[in-house]
Amino acid sequence: MSGQTASFLASSAVRMATPLLLAALGGLYSERSGVVNIALEGLMLAGAFTAATVTHFAHQPWLGLLAAAGAGAAVALVHATATIRFGADQVVSGAAINILFLGLPPLLSGALFASTSETPHLPRGELLPRAPVVLAALLVPFTWYVLERTRFGLRLRAAGENPEAVASAGLSVERIRTAAVMVSGALAALGGAYLAIGQASQFTRNMTAGRGFIALAALIFGKWRPFQTMFACLLFGLAEAVAIQVQGAAGVPVQFVQMIPYVLTLVVLAGFIGHARPPRSLGLPLEPRGGGR
Amino acid sequence: MNAAQGAQGGWQRAGARLAPALARLKPWADRLAPVRAPLLALLAAFVAGGLLIAAVGDDPIAVYGLLLGSALSWPDGIGYTLFYATPLIFTGLAVAVAFRAGLFNVGAEGQLYAGAFAAAWVGIAGGGLPAWLLLPLAGAAAVAAGGAWGALPGVLKARFGAHEVITTIMLNFIAVAIAGYLTAHRYQQPGDAILETRPIGAGAHLARLGALVPGLPARIPLNLAFPAALAACGLVYLLLWRTRWGYELRVTGANPDAAAYGGIAVGRQLVLGMAISGALAGMVGINEVLGYRYRYYDGFSAGYGFTGIAVALLGRNHPAGVALAALLLGALVRGGLFVGIFAEHVSRDLVLVLQGLAILFVAAQRLPRSAAA
Repeated sequence: MSGQTASFLASSAVRMATPLLLAALGGLYSERSGVVNIALEGLMLAGAFTAATVTHFAHQPWLGLLAAAGAGAAVALVHATATIRFGADQVVSGAAINILFLGLPPLLSGALFASTSETPHLPRGELLPRAPVVLAALLVPFTWYVLERTRFGLRLRAAGENPEAVASAGLSVERIRTAAVMVSGALAALGGAYLAIGQASQFTRNMTAGRGFIALAALIFGKWRPFQTMFACLLFGLAEAVAIQVQGAAGVPVQFVQMIPYVLTLVVLAGFIGHARPPRSLGLPLEPRGGGR
Repeated sequence: MNAAQGAQGGWQRAGARLAPALARLKPWADRLAPVRAPLLALLAAFVAGGLLIAAVGDDPIAVYGLLLGSALSWPDGIGYTLFYATPLIFTGLAVAVAFRAGLFNVGAEGQLYAGAFAAAWVGIAGGGLPAWLLLPLAGAAAVAAGGAWGALPGVLKARFGAHEVITTIMLNFIAVAIAGYLTAHRYQQPGDAILETRPIGAGAHLARLGALVPGLPARIPLNLAFPAALAACGLVYLLLWRTRWGYELRVTGANPDAAAYGGIAVGRQLVLGMAISGALAGMVGINEVLGYRYRYYDGFSAGYGFTGIAVALLGRNHPAGVALAALLLGALVRGGLFVGIFAEHVSRDLVLVLQGLAILFVAAQRLPRSAAA
């Protein structure tokens, strides 16, 4: 492999890793607080559509980015309300949001722009090709600091590991988890926004194509820790970059390169490479009568 | 404190007076109880969807009329509604059986791809065989491949404690990738621009109902897989509620600790439950490959595996409920096509929105924590 190819692959891998990293860090806040978030895919789609649409009308990509984060937090609030307040199963609620946001953006796009498959192209000057990459990189140490060195982080982790203790200390587990899930939604939506107004120049139907699930895989592969999750995202981003690179080459089975993230995650889950231990109370609602699953 | 107690006493007195009236109503309420939650969720989803339709500038009544009217016309509406319902019955049953075993199978999508590819593979490899041999073989291949793909996360859970939600999501992508690889490198017609296999042998074709039901044109792809799906509902009912194994599976799902204490091999139940679930999802391949396209086709599933979650939840994880919910969602898929064509602003994506909302509402019907405490 020539040096040129290597540097091209590296920069391509970083670009591919960025939406994964934003979404995976989002998932990290939610899951470390004890709420499963398989809705990352739907949240990313909500962010991608919002960013493209707001940027189209306002001609301000930063406004688009901000609106995407807001939309993500709002959708995540639905997930938080359903699961934390109404006791809906966290996986079921996440699956519902994924289906809902497979449909809602194209429906709105059809109503607004008379095309259910895409929003209008944005001019080059209204895109943000670099800023989200930098933002994602900065969010890694920031997330580590928040989780390990701040009171909010301590409470968030406690809500995920030992919610009964948090509750008996007089703190509201519901409120901590709701905040964590909303942060999660905002970050995942930023990941989707980067796809629409960073990598591409529009929203297209189902443009995340499973990246929310790869982000979830990266989170598990990274054992729910910020820096390890970043390395997982870079690895998975590299796999995607290689898959694109070999797409045209004859004789290279591109499907096997695309499979790498999923197979690696299975291997980690089966305990062959270290053991991935989820937060102790992940997926368990705080039951007043000590129930749970 | 005293005021609170007084208020409580007042409520109790009022309750005592109301009790006889409520007792008379209770048998009726009980009879409706199993369907109340799904019906409320559907109603709420349609109301919210109606607001959305109005918000984008269409008339909700007209759109819903179009949706249901085009799904219930004879023969095309009903024929296609039943055809679209067929894979949803299979995936709904798959998710429901897993739920009964205490497992959340998000992997029906991957299992149905495994089943469909296996059916096509046998149908191509045994292309020269007579129908009486090839058709059962291809059908069995779909069941076996789906079952094996389902058993895998069962093993990963029983043996390594890996959560089935995550492993099944990963296995979905892996199934599509492997089937895509095999299609492209082994079974694609040379020069074909579409990622699909060669056609299966004529002996593996499943008869269309149009050939059997008078008045139903043969161009409608509704085939024998539909009655097979209804039969599968019956079999699942018998299995879960009329056999010892089904009893053990349900006990495992309801309370694994109690099941283990009672001498049930929980790990084995998990693997078996997932295998049955996967086998049911694999049967989608019978409808899709043997009864409709006569080949494997990359990306053929319109999210049937995920819609199966909605079907199972709306059907309350009961085979009869699954059949009803699948018919309803099949009607929505059929009607959605016409909404997409004839409504001014709303597209067929409305069906996905209604589905997502219905799942959310049905899931959120456990009482609010404050009310439960």
